[in-house]
Amino acid sequence: MKAAVISFPGSNCDFDMLYALQDFGVDAQIVSAKQTALTDFDAIFLPGGFSYGDYLRTGAIARFSPIMSAVTQAANAGKLIVGICNGFQILTEAGLLPGQLLVNATPGFICDEVALSIANHETAYTNAYEMSESIVVPIAHGEGNYFADDDTLARLEANNQIVFRYVNNPNGSVHDIAGIMNERGNIFGMMPHPERAIDEVTGNIDGQNFFKSILSSILTNV
Amino acid sequence: MYLAKIYVTYKPSILDPQGEVIKSALKRMDYIGVEQVSQGKYFEVKLTAKSIDAATAEVESFTDALLINQNTETYHFDLSLVADEVNA
Repeated sequence: MKAAVISFPGSNCDFDMLYALQDFGVDAQIVSAKQTALTDFDAIFLPGGFSYGDYLRTGAIARFSPIMSAVTQAANAGKLIVGICNGFQILTEAGLLPGQLLVNATPGFICDEVALSIANHETAYTNAYEMSESIVVPIAHGEGNYFADDDTLARLEANNQIVFRYVNNPNGSVHDIAGIMNERGNIFGMMPHPERAIDEVTGNIDGQNFFKSILSSILTNV
Repeated sequence: MYLAKIYVTYKPSILDPQGEVIKSALKRMDYIGVEQVSQGKYFEVKLTAKSIDAATAEVESFTDALLINQNTETYHFDLSLVADEVNA
């Protein structure tokens, strides 16, 4: 499996994501947001950070960076697109995922570890988790309050596009949403950071099955 | 040259946590008459266009494309003719 991790000006989790992918044997490399092509990659990761200083709105400027046309092309071609934290914000701003991430319901930056329930096990991102499992994953965001209008929420629920929910909602997200995918299932975004929970040395390995899920999906071409 | 003054606000249905925090601070400061606070964004954009209609279309186009997120935000703007030098 070959993966690209997009580095935007202001990304700060790009190397965390790169190392996580490499830990699982993925042929991963950093690709600058100034590039315009993403050929030969099976999966594309948009990492956390503060792209373009979060000016205007989180992800609002990044979505117009040169690489995003190639990301959209890859998404349309059915390649796996994964946005974590700021990457999720970029995907919503780009219209590749519905809704928007707003300022936390209680304004302020939250740095914590939170419990997530797995709302849909039959996805490319969760298939390695146990059915009733609840996992603990780090969060670090000031704008993680997921919002979508009622029609969009009804569609997300009806199509099982909600992948992770917060057990104790930290930021005001509607329907406790922590992560969603598009209807086709190849574009995914979440605010928590599974790439920070893969190594025993950090005291939390609940993110491992996230990467194992993606790997098995790519290998079996789900 | 035209000057667009663009005012971006949350749609009325959207909870504005920053506005709520400011409101509670104002209450604490004894401004007891304050009923509602909404925090928005304000932009000034100078642009050249062939006519006021063309300038209006341009402002609407770029505001929809970049300045707001239509999921949660709305806007209005004033447009006026100004002298040509930027920062005059």
